[in-house]
Amino acid sequence: MKKTLTLSVLALAASLGTSAAMAQTLNVVCSNEQAWCDLMAQNFEIETGIDVAVVRKSTGETLAQIRAEAGNPKVDVWWGGTGDPHLIAAAEDLTQPSGVDVSGQLGWSQNMTEMSGGKAVGVHVGLLGVIYNTEVLAEKGLEPPACWRDLAKPEYVGEIQVANPNSSGTAYTELATLVQLFGEDEGFKLLAEIGKNVNQYTKSGSAPGKATARGENTIAIGFMHDMVNLKKQGFPVEIVAPCEGTGYEVGAVSIIAGTPNLDAAKKWVEYVISAPAQSAGLEVGVFNTPSNPDAAKDPDAPDPASVKLIDYDFETYGASDTRARLLERWTAEVKDAGGVIEE
Amino acid sequence: MRRTALTWVVVGLVGWALLPWYLVSGGFWRFDWILHLAGDSRSALGWALGGRGWLWLPALGFAGAALTLALARTQLGAARALVASGAGGLALLIGEANLVGTRFGLFEGENPGLGAGALVTAAALLFITTTGISGLGKGRGDAFVTGLVGAIVALVATFVFYPLAFILVRAFELKGGAGFGIGEFFPRFFSSSVWGIGCLTGRGYCGPALNSLLLGLSTAAGTTFMGLMFALIFTRTAFPAKKFLRVLTVLPIITPPFVIGLALILLFGRSGTITEFFAWAFDWEKTRWLYGFKGVWLAQMLSFTPIAFLVLIGVVEGVSPSMEEASQTLDAGRWQTFRYVSFPLMRPGIANAFLLGFIESLADFGNPLVLGGNFNVLSTEIYFAIVGTIADPAKAAILSITLLTFTLSAFLAQRFWVGKKNYATVTGKADSGRHAALNAGLRWTAYLVALPWAAFTLVLYALIVFGSFVKLWGYDHTFTLEHYIRGFKIVVRNGIHFTGAAWDSYFTTLAISGLAAPLTAAVGLATAYLLVRQKFAGKQAFEFSTMLSFAIPGTVIGVAYIMAFNFPPIELTGTGLILIVVFIFRNMPVGVRGGIAAMSQLDASLDEASITLGANSATTLRRVILPLMGPAILAALTYSFVRAITSVSAVIFLVSARHNMATSFIVGRVENGEYGIAIAYATVLIVTMLVVILAMQLLIGRRTLRRADRVEAH
Repeated sequence: MKKTLTLSVLALAASLGTSAAMAQTLNVVCSNEQAWCDLMAQNFEIETGIDVAVVRKSTGETLAQIRAEAGNPKVDVWWGGTGDPHLIAAAEDLTQPSGVDVSGQLGWSQNMTEMSGGKAVGVHVGLLGVIYNTEVLAEKGLEPPACWRDLAKPEYVGEIQVANPNSSGTAYTELATLVQLFGEDEGFKLLAEIGKNVNQYTKSGSAPGKATARGENTIAIGFMHDMVNLKKQGFPVEIVAPCEGTGYEVGAVSIIAGTPNLDAAKKWVEYVISAPAQSAGLEVGVFNTPSNPDAAKDPDAPDPASVKLIDYDFETYGASDTRARLLERWTAEVKDAGGVIEE
Repeated sequence: MRRTALTWVVVGLVGWALLPWYLVSGGFWRFDWILHLAGDSRSALGWALGGRGWLWLPALGFAGAALTLALARTQLGAARALVASGAGGLALLIGEANLVGTRFGLFEGENPGLGAGALVTAAALLFITTTGISGLGKGRGDAFVTGLVGAIVALVATFVFYPLAFILVRAFELKGGAGFGIGEFFPRFFSSSVWGIGCLTGRGYCGPALNSLLLGLSTAAGTTFMGLMFALIFTRTAFPAKKFLRVLTVLPIITPPFVIGLALILLFGRSGTITEFFAWAFDWEKTRWLYGFKGVWLAQMLSFTPIAFLVLIGVVEGVSPSMEEASQTLDAGRWQTFRYVSFPLMRPGIANAFLLGFIESLADFGNPLVLGGNFNVLSTEIYFAIVGTIADPAKAAILSITLLTFTLSAFLAQRFWVGKKNYATVTGKADSGRHAALNAGLRWTAYLVALPWAAFTLVLYALIVFGSFVKLWGYDHTFTLEHYIRGFKIVVRNGIHFTGAAWDSYFTTLAISGLAAPLTAAVGLATAYLLVRQKFAGKQAFEFSTMLSFAIPGTVIGVAYIMAFNFPPIELTGTGLILIVVFIFRNMPVGVRGGIAAMSQLDASLDEASITLGANSATTLRRVILPLMGPAILAALTYSFVRAITSVSAVIFLVSARHNMATSFIVGRVENGEYGIAIAYATVLIVTMLVVILAMQLLIGRRTLRRADRVEAH
């Protein structure tokens, strides 16, 4: 009996020693880079005196978590990451309107807010682009690509890596961009042609860029702010904004429905769209474009003004049924059509 | 029986009448609740008097038990009445906690998450029941044995079955939210996108089910073989540098998974050092062969060989020299002795190592993610069914069931192969301690297989450490301490301040793993003890149920835990406790498997001798069995500690801002391409774990099976 007793006492000790987070703390899930998450939380605490606890999770993980927690949320605010999951959360009523004034923000930020019924406020924009490894390209004696259509050239066979849109939001943005740019049938034809050159459909959206930086691959598609980051770290890469024009993602901030800390959550939303808060991104190297027109921007960040942008239709291409239809078509016409996929 | 039952009635009443019934804010151990005993921290008695009448219900169990103890005259009558009142009270408690004021609520009422009082009350009611059961003559009439079975069944039910039910039921969800039904389950379960065999017929690609199965079998076979070779070198040869080799063999399990993948890419990737060398020296074409089955298999071999080794070393050591001597006396050669005597006696170890390797490979998520390329396995498919562009929990649930089917088959095959033979070789009888040496062929095979592997591991780790001290691993090899400073800066001014970015998660990780490890080992070994030494109804099912949480990918467990434990009656999300619990129940199977393998070697006559001499089974366990279980305890402790530090997939959903874990920090940095700080952090973790493991080894020490262990001269 003694052993059982000791066991249960031990279990008891462990079980209760560490329970329950404190109240009156703002719990933020952040889907941006860790350093940016930490810095924003720190500045917010200094400015407002509100205690913040921040944890970094990817957008997919966050969405899965707030779905499972719906009705009794343990998270107050979700900041950063691509806008699509924020829009899905808004459509499923997992988030609530913040009522924060966005009239001072750039147009795309206001659009995002309007589209989601005030539930998701646009905070940054990131452009889609192409990256190549200069060393590998030179070694193979290939010309650098300049347009989307170039990627379908037969000499790039086995040299291109992209993510799988079934698992990666980045790749879905790319799919939706090409469909909007060339029309649906033409877009899929191009995707299938590019597909013949693809060596790997990775799971994660940022993986192809990283593989390219390390010389594991030659050309990849992804978000330009990630690419600038790789280039600044010293990898031999160049970044291309495709000549036909390109698509983009709008990152957002949302307040979780049913949060007990609504006031503090609103303050967080107000704070992260303010110019001083967004300007702080310079200190940690944030390379996407902030939503506040007065915020300072990193000189190395790609400038949306200098790139040809398509008029990305988030309403249509963010909707679940369009998504499901396009992805099914992609699997059938692009992935299953094969190419030089290495198994 | 009566004294034990009385003790539990008293303990239970204290829990019910004095301790706070619901969760208290700030945690039990801060004892703030004492100040609010009349307010929010009231006990069940307090709340019951204050209008929550349903809280009287659990106390009926104690009333029944107390009446029984006072009135019952026959032993059998008392036992029956105890079972009835204990079980009745427990059922009432579970009933009121689930049905009043919760999401399954039938009745209105305020009923938040349960706390310390409820825990003590429930435990007391459970043990009153099991004490009664022992009085009925079950478990040889031993209240300790029935109590232990009851406790483990209750824990597994609460922390494995209850959460998993939430996710597995979704496999039967109909499309478009049309409720549940069996109609779509079978077509989806047997769909060709899961079971496709395109890669075998040369057209297209294989489904994840087949990929996982092939990978699992190859990894299990490979790791078991490699683990056995290492174990043989340690116990059956006179290899000079055993200590050093031992450290090398455990290194890979103390490594966050992506680190091995990254190191492999830097060696064997298209631009890897070794690839470049061969391209330069022999003009070989640089390829991406690493991405796919081969790369994942290689990484899994590195990651899981140590587990096979840890299970096997104890078993190989335990094979009695007397048997080998007898064989040699009967004129058998060294090979014959190994083949017909030693090897068959190692069967439980080999079977358990194979089973663990298979399950680990199926559930592994990090390696396929980094190196999988287009090679899809079930674990990654499940992850992306949950977090991908389109969330499909039904698909995740169906794939999890596929995975469980494999595990169950492997488990049954293992049972069949080990059979009902007796493997006891640690009998307490004196032997010479002189193990038979291996014949030359086997010895050289072991050396030739294991030593290059060890050298390979060494190179890999040297590379990792190197990577943490250079600016940009693979490109800019200027020496720098920058990564360490960013992660682990300490400012000494007006006291010591841990200002580095990594400190927070580092301390949390150590605290949580440190708490989880002994609990995991205790639960695991106690289960093993029951399985090997005790007989009770439903033992097979019980054994399999303890493996469930291990076999299911962490992602599924993580989401299941949120679904189950985010709402009363058990509300744990956002606390450190949920992390401890998930670690205990995910990692306990290793304690169970290792414990079973080691314990089946201990002759039951040792227990019997102890019991004949008047000890009860608790004392026997403590004084006789545990001391002989040194390696198994060490393996269980090591493994659970290390796994708590290095696991990724389950943790990612359960970490919160207050309780962040090292791996989730590292994964975040890797995702952002900051390899330097990630690898520096990984290196610090590796060193920490190594120190802890070596300290544990010193602390637990070697078991003394015989006067001396040695190997006969070659």
